[in-house]
Amino acid sequence: MKGFILKRLFLMVITIFGLSVIVFSVSRIAPGDPAKLAAGPDATEEMVQVIRKEFRLDQPLIIQYVYYMKGLIKGDFGRSIRTRHLVWEDIRLFLPATFELVFVSIGFGIVFGILFGILSAVWRDTWIDHSARFFSVTGVAVPMFWMGIMLQLLLAAKFHLLPIGGRLDTMVDPPLSITRFFLIDSLITGNWTVFKNALSHILLPAFVLSFPALASITRINRAEMLEVLHKDFVLNAKAQGISDRLIILKYALKNALIPTLTMIGLRYGWMLGGTILVETVFDWPGIGNYAVGAAVYSDFQPVMAVTIVLGLNFMIANLLVDLGYGFLDPRVRYE
Amino acid sequence: MKEFALTLRQWKEERESQIRGLKLTIYTLSRSPLSVIGFILVAIFLLIALIGPIIITHPGDIRGAIHMDQKLKAPSSTHPFGTDEVGRDIYSRIIIGTRLSLQIGLIIIFVAMGIGVPLGIIAGYVGGWLNEVIMRVTDIFLSVPGLLLALAIVGALGPGITNAMIALSIVWWPGYVRLVQGKTLSLREESFVEAAKSIGASRFRIIFWHILPNCASPIIVKASMDMGMAILFAANLGFIGVGAQPPEPEWGAMISVGRNYLPDRWWMATFPGLAILITVLGFNLLGDGLRDILDPQSRSQIR
Repeated sequence: MKGFILKRLFLMVITIFGLSVIVFSVSRIAPGDPAKLAAGPDATEEMVQVIRKEFRLDQPLIIQYVYYMKGLIKGDFGRSIRTRHLVWEDIRLFLPATFELVFVSIGFGIVFGILFGILSAVWRDTWIDHSARFFSVTGVAVPMFWMGIMLQLLLAAKFHLLPIGGRLDTMVDPPLSITRFFLIDSLITGNWTVFKNALSHILLPAFVLSFPALASITRINRAEMLEVLHKDFVLNAKAQGISDRLIILKYALKNALIPTLTMIGLRYGWMLGGTILVETVFDWPGIGNYAVGAAVYSDFQPVMAVTIVLGLNFMIANLLVDLGYGFLDPRVRYE
Repeated sequence: MKEFALTLRQWKEERESQIRGLKLTIYTLSRSPLSVIGFILVAIFLLIALIGPIIITHPGDIRGAIHMDQKLKAPSSTHPFGTDEVGRDIYSRIIIGTRLSLQIGLIIIFVAMGIGVPLGIIAGYVGGWLNEVIMRVTDIFLSVPGLLLALAIVGALGPGITNAMIALSIVWWPGYVRLVQGKTLSLREESFVEAAKSIGASRFRIIFWHILPNCASPIIVKASMDMGMAILFAANLGFIGVGAQPPEPEWGAMISVGRNYLPDRWWMATFPGLAILITVLGFNLLGDGLRDILDPQSRSQIR
């Protein structure tokens, strides 16, 4: 087990290294001149030269990469060529908002996805199954950003039920910074007004972000439950007079959860990507929003950093998923 | 007449198994109205892509035209889906957008399959260090959320529909490697492969006669689902502003513009979104239906 985790951590380092090579190469295929772009339209050639030197854009690619890696090892993602901010500082500022949104979304997706999946499989071909199936196929098809806009239009602009965007009302002060998740911080400090305000802000974006995940978790859990429920060991359990409830929740679900877990891991990654859209629509101050803002201006340092940070996060999630297999199925051995 | 009946019976007897298969397919389909809807939606989508230029009402409005006197008009009989900020007919633009989406989806999926399927089979069947290398590279690509990597690539190449397609193809192939490699790994251990090996079948033969046909169903199902997803992702990039650029009649880009005119001009963002939803839904349902038909396991469950 320990050896397995160590091996995976080692692989993770290699993957991050590979990812940095890919991302770095991608950033340097840019046809435009980032220095010129950063200097602005009125800049003289000298000013452009200064920027070029400052960001080492005048050096050979391989040297640039070595410098980049040197920084990366120390956790330094360089400076944004546009704002001159340290990218790591920016990311630290925006990351908690993204994680808060993503964690709420994935939690919602897992709980309800598994639940709908079970219900749908157990009552196969009833109206429950048909509606769950319809929802599970429609859910993945809905363009997230469009759904967000439509809900804003309906719930925020028309009926004023929920705020249109942001993390808190402008009049509300953020809670004392402990975990930097507003929902948790406001609970710890017992600040109900802020908690309610933060909750009302996170509901829409989290719902939208979780929607495709919820749909596909429902879908795969249904399919796996159906398959498992036809297995011999289930029949055997039935023959032995074990109650349906126990069969479904223990014998069948535990087996069905293995592929479902794979889907959850996969969807978690999609969700991290989806933050780009949802944060743009709901003006959520997270790193997805930050990455889009930078990408539009060909400001590469932030985009590279966000890609690597979220990539690392996804890898950790995948490791947890793999460890989860062992928990669900004792036959899984880690070498 | 009698002869004809005889030949027909003979023909029926010869084709017994195919006819039964077809009947079963029709039966499977009839039991799953959702798949039928999927087939119909995809058929309509393809039809619209084909005859689009005939059924549009304002051919001039596809890209350039400007009619300021007609701008931001609500849906009416002349403009069923209303007009946009420079007076172009949204209905015509959505219809032509169908072609664009079909093209985007097909290109991305075929490039992705062309790279991913061979690599997956090689990795899964040959194994060893080759498997290690292929899967590590695949893992690197899969270690980043697809949309994010696409954003990075297209951000570097510069916005535009071609660059968006390149970016999405680069993001898409690893999924096929993983699918095919996993499937090949499990097939390799199957007794029919063992049997083929034991009677001296060549590697080539095993791959093309035993592994590939058994991978075909999941690949087809995935391709059908991915077709919708690729269209959706292209729309995502269009919406963010790095994919297709206005005035290109791409649905995501149209929504991106329409969003600025909310909430009063709701039609600008609503109808292109519905077009995406219906298209992606169609391909997903089709994939679902194809799975029911192609996957013998789920077939046997039908009682």
